[in-house]
Amino acid sequence: MSDSPKQHLIEVRNLDVSFHGQTVLKDINVAIEAGETVAVIGESGCGKTVFMKTIVGLIAPTRGTIHFDGQDLSTLSPAALSDVRRRFGFVFQNAALFDSMTIFDNVAFPMRQSTDAGEDEIHDAVLNHLQEVGLPPTVVSKRPSELSGGMRKRVGIARAIILQPELVVYDEPTTGLDPIMSDVINELMLDVRRRYPVTSVIVTHDMRTAQKVADRVLMFYPRTRLGKGESQVLYDGPPAGLDQSVDERVRQFVRGEAGQRLMEISG
Amino acid sequence: MSASVSTQNDLPPRHPENGSATAKDMLYAWVVQWGSAVVDGVATVGDIALFAWQMLVWIFTRLPQRGTLLINFYQIGVLSLPVVALTGTFIGMVLAVQSYYQFHALGLESHLGVVINTSLVRELGPVLAATMLAGRVGSAMAAVLGTMRVTEQIDALTTMGADPIHYLVVPRFLACIFLIPALTIMADFMGIVGGYFYSVMVLEIDHAAYLTHSRDGVVGFDLFSGVFKSVFFGGMIAVISCYQGFHCKPGAEGVGKAATQAFVYSFVMILAIDLFLNIILDKIYFMMYPSGANIL
Repeated sequence: MSDSPKQHLIEVRNLDVSFHGQTVLKDINVAIEAGETVAVIGESGCGKTVFMKTIVGLIAPTRGTIHFDGQDLSTLSPAALSDVRRRFGFVFQNAALFDSMTIFDNVAFPMRQSTDAGEDEIHDAVLNHLQEVGLPPTVVSKRPSELSGGMRKRVGIARAIILQPELVVYDEPTTGLDPIMSDVINELMLDVRRRYPVTSVIVTHDMRTAQKVADRVLMFYPRTRLGKGESQVLYDGPPAGLDQSVDERVRQFVRGEAGQRLMEISG
Repeated sequence: MSASVSTQNDLPPRHPENGSATAKDMLYAWVVQWGSAVVDGVATVGDIALFAWQMLVWIFTRLPQRGTLLINFYQIGVLSLPVVALTGTFIGMVLAVQSYYQFHALGLESHLGVVINTSLVRELGPVLAATMLAGRVGSAMAAVLGTMRVTEQIDALTTMGADPIHYLVVPRFLACIFLIPALTIMADFMGIVGGYFYSVMVLEIDHAAYLTHSRDGVVGFDLFSGVFKSVFFGGMIAVISCYQGFHCKPGAEGVGKAATQAFVYSFVMILAIDLFLNIILDKIYFMMYPSGANIL
């Protein structure tokens, strides 16, 4: 053990999140080191997207704290929180590109919003980042509605990394894509990690993504089906250990077996 | 057997065989329902006030970029002009049709312009322009912002360090309050023109008498009060419509409901503010013109 405590980029302490009296996350404690790639897996409704939105300050915790680079997000003013968010890149499930803008303006948006860069510099940066995600310069004048789902996701990644953030958060990056395009997105996430010293949090229920891209996997479980006193994080470890987990629910999820859930349909 | 399921809102069980107990249950349920509606209503008003406050703070601290403002000014103001002009013209002509026979029976048809112009400038012009703005722009604002909410575009703005209220709401609010006076004046003008043409060309009222009497009826304060009211209407339309969009429920139904509610609530508030401001403006008017305008 080292004498000085290790500095974590993200530290989640005793986190509870509730909506209208319904608790989605309860007593979550997670620390993520700089440079790590963490996949958060779990079935639908387990709270993994809520967890991800809470760590970037889109959802306020009901209890507990989120520290980013030592700063408690709940104590920051809106302006200071905006400044911290500029160090994040966020790839949304359906890309969340602005319909009213062209692809160029979408990718340029973070630079125009947060930097004093001139239009020439922005132009070069946009084309470079589109090239990094494998899109030709001809897409710049198109609208998001003219692109396929995979292309929109890649534009979303280009937009998320254009300011070279310290933390990139991916929400279901391969959901709704064919297996080939899913693998392209997986490779892109690995490529982003190779190019930039970035910490990544990937929320997914695609085991191929978790096993191919992540250094560490957290598996969440719906709170309503947990036993008394059980932690909501069923697994926290390397992807290789998922198959050998002592918890049957983890092994079932990894293998895609319904297990006890079959009783819900068989009555 | 499984354990019994709790009743809705933990209400006491019904006793159909006991009439008095059923009436008591119904009263209890009624009180709970209305109490909940009142609490929700108060919470929503508080939410809208906070939303408007955040917007005002942004207006006084940092204005949006010029490009964002100009697009909104064009879409909200310039594109609304034709429809406001058209409806204004029709309202002026309708007023002529409706008022003519009563005035003709009294032999006062040459005074028709006074009634048409006063009604338009003081009341119908501002309310009509605001109604058209609520219908054309308010619903669209709620639908656009609602779709942005549902497709996580508003969250995307937040994660990129842009405040959604500053980026999306402030330009729409400014466009509404700065351009609704122009729309009101357009509705007034076209209504006056429409009323004049129908009265003179179709009803064959004497042109010179119509104009002479018209000039006597409307004073500068009438025009001011109409334009003054319209600024409040415009601000209210923007706040209510943007709020509805920002708090849109997921799905197509959510977006549709937000757009409908934006128009309905805006229209109700236009009429409520109109009443309130008219009471105040009338007091000021009669202080300035103790004998009133020379209508007849």
